[in-house]
Amino acid sequence: MSTVESPTEIDTLEPPASETNADSEGQGNEEIREFIERDYQYGFVSDLDQEILPKGLNEDVVRFISAKKDEPEWLLEWRLNAFRHFMTMTEPHWQNVSFPKIDYQDISYWAGPKKKGPAPKSLDEIDPKTREMFDKLGISLAEQERLSGVAVDAIVDSVSVATTFKTKLAEAGVVFCSFSEAVRTHPELVRQYLGTVVPPRDNFFAALNSAVFSDGSFVFVPEGVRCPMELSTYFRMNAAETGQFERTLIIAEKGATVSYLEGCTAPMRDENQLHAAVVELIALDDANIKYSTVQNWYPGDENGVGGIYNFVTKRGKCAGHRSKISWTQVETGSAITWKYPSVVLQGDDSVGEFYSVAVTTHYQQADTGTKMVHIGKNTSSTIVSKGISAGKAQQTYRGQVKMMRSATGSRNHTQCDSLLIGSDCGAHTFPYIEVKNDSSEVEHEASTSKISDDQLFYCRQRGMNEEDATSMIVNGFCRDVFDELPMEFAVEAQALMRVSLEGSVG
Amino acid sequence: MLRIEDLRATIDGREILQGLDLEINAGEVHAIMGPNGAGKSTLSSVLTGRDGYDISGKVTFEDEDLLEMAPEERAAKGIFLAFQYPVEIPGVGNMYFLRTAVNAVRRERGEPEVDAVTFLGSVKQHMAELDMDPGMLSRSVNDGFSGGEKKRNEVLQMAMLQPKLAILDETDSGLDIDALRLVAGGIQRLRSPERSMLIITHYPRLLEYVVPDYVHVLSQGRIIRTGDASLAYELEEEGYRGTEASLSGTGGGASK
Repeated sequence: MSTVESPTEIDTLEPPASETNADSEGQGNEEIREFIERDYQYGFVSDLDQEILPKGLNEDVVRFISAKKDEPEWLLEWRLNAFRHFMTMTEPHWQNVSFPKIDYQDISYWAGPKKKGPAPKSLDEIDPKTREMFDKLGISLAEQERLSGVAVDAIVDSVSVATTFKTKLAEAGVVFCSFSEAVRTHPELVRQYLGTVVPPRDNFFAALNSAVFSDGSFVFVPEGVRCPMELSTYFRMNAAETGQFERTLIIAEKGATVSYLEGCTAPMRDENQLHAAVVELIALDDANIKYSTVQNWYPGDENGVGGIYNFVTKRGKCAGHRSKISWTQVETGSAITWKYPSVVLQGDDSVGEFYSVAVTTHYQQADTGTKMVHIGKNTSSTIVSKGISAGKAQQTYRGQVKMMRSATGSRNHTQCDSLLIGSDCGAHTFPYIEVKNDSSEVEHEASTSKISDDQLFYCRQRGMNEEDATSMIVNGFCRDVFDELPMEFAVEAQALMRVSLEGSVG
Repeated sequence: MLRIEDLRATIDGREILQGLDLEINAGEVHAIMGPNGAGKSTLSSVLTGRDGYDISGKVTFEDEDLLEMAPEERAAKGIFLAFQYPVEIPGVGNMYFLRTAVNAVRRERGEPEVDAVTFLGSVKQHMAELDMDPGMLSRSVNDGFSGGEKKRNEVLQMAMLQPKLAILDETDSGLDIDALRLVAGGIQRLRSPERSMLIITHYPRLLEYVVPDYVHVLSQGRIIRTGDASLAYELEEEGYRGTEASLSGTGGGASK
């Protein structure tokens, strides 16, 4: 009943960056008003202007959320079961990060699509610092307008792009929609797969998410279909407010292939400090799922004040033979990151991959890594983790490789490299390796290095300034992982690294 | 072009350069020879702006105060150092590095970036002359290169960057005869009336291919003797000790 306290058993957290608060305007005030009135009707909100559920967590809150979404009875029961279990658990503290105690009764668990003051009329009204960041990341003007919620045609553009996008997917039989929509339109699929990879009782934050999840993405790729395009949260319809407890479910049927991109490189601000998302992936026979994340949530300021707590549970199940699940992540944001995207290799000859770049600067903390659980025969997994620490940041790689008795002839290769910039930061590595049969092979390589003065001087002697040189050396360090990113992300990721490390040298 | 007056450099409390004077004019090739620990590499480090030295004295490059400039500014002004130990940068493609360097220097000078096609054509030509495998362009900078490959890569960078003053720090060390010939050929091709060179070496063999206008003997942080190319062979016969003994007390003077 208690929380699983052992690090080897836990899998945790991070909220997929979804859309920013950009386009809630478009929905019109009508809907918002309706929302508010309904809030009032349920008696949770006393003030007509308020769009947020009062703080606190109890069964009524869970019922309220479920009712808000017109969910079927079974889903409400599922949430309530998760909630009841959550109440018996205690917050885990085995991770190598520190933060003040979170008061779970001091959080509001529902917020309607809220209007954040009048929309800016043009980019000129946007905070110059934010614009500067956009420019450095090479984000187009139209995109900048969209992200900043500028009320212009750009939003119309993105809707029309999204519509074209949806038609094309529908022709291929791919379902790509918000989680709430999937509950309405494909309840049987949701019911069949929800919680089969990350059960509600899996860990403290997964239980919390299961009880109060707001929204997220749903993807279903039918048998034999190769999804005709990369699926990006960027183009997801109804993406407005997914909130702090995001829930994502991706199913690839036999022989299906899909690549999913989550997040974007633009800085993501959010008022909610705690984010606890759950992502579940299911790959049947010969299916292939590639999940790429760029996470750039607000990391707090230079003094470590503020910033997002990013506590995510991400796990994929290679349920079918010869299936493959690949996680690629670039993590630069959040005050605290705590996530272990994992793969359960159940089908014979299935393949799991984890490619990660994590950057921590100033006072950021990250405890991240992966778990590869080998169950099927001849399964193989690859882990490549690149951690970069600067300033006073502390970063931990925590990885588990488990070869079950049944996983004969299986292999794992782990490569875990840390790069330190400056002398006040730290890198820590905790590999857990468990092998229960005698025909499997596990390899673990680890290194820790510093950007050397020699490297910097060499680049500067060739005419590059210190920042360009650092950025080049760091990107070189990350190359194995960047090579795995879809094209769209790869170029942006390099720019992001540069911005993230700005000012951390010299 | 380069004027050094009473240059002193101290590191960890030890004075390595103890009042060095040297003047190099456009188009001249100067060789600096001297025993281990004489301060040869310190001279190249100080001229290119490496951190860690307490420096006094005066160094001007085209009448500007060189010691005030950051390393990258000196590079943009046209000062190039072929490193004695070229540095490995894993994951950074050699081609990418080279192009970034060329464009960084061009940008600093207010010139437009070089287009990819022109650049590639030029790199390939220089590589052919140095008998370098074009595959080296896609490998990481100096990563896993043999000693000879590293030195040739330095000369390739020099050819691409077209510096005004090239400082070659023991570029000939560790090379077999064939590689030495190729590297020397690469250096010799870059000689021009506008370009000056400062070649730091232990042996006269490089100087057979790249015949210097002046040879200086550096000992205990000062230039103790200056001559023409024949001095290199004299040193080979007598050793530095002989030179030091016969010249102790007489200091200094560089060419012109």
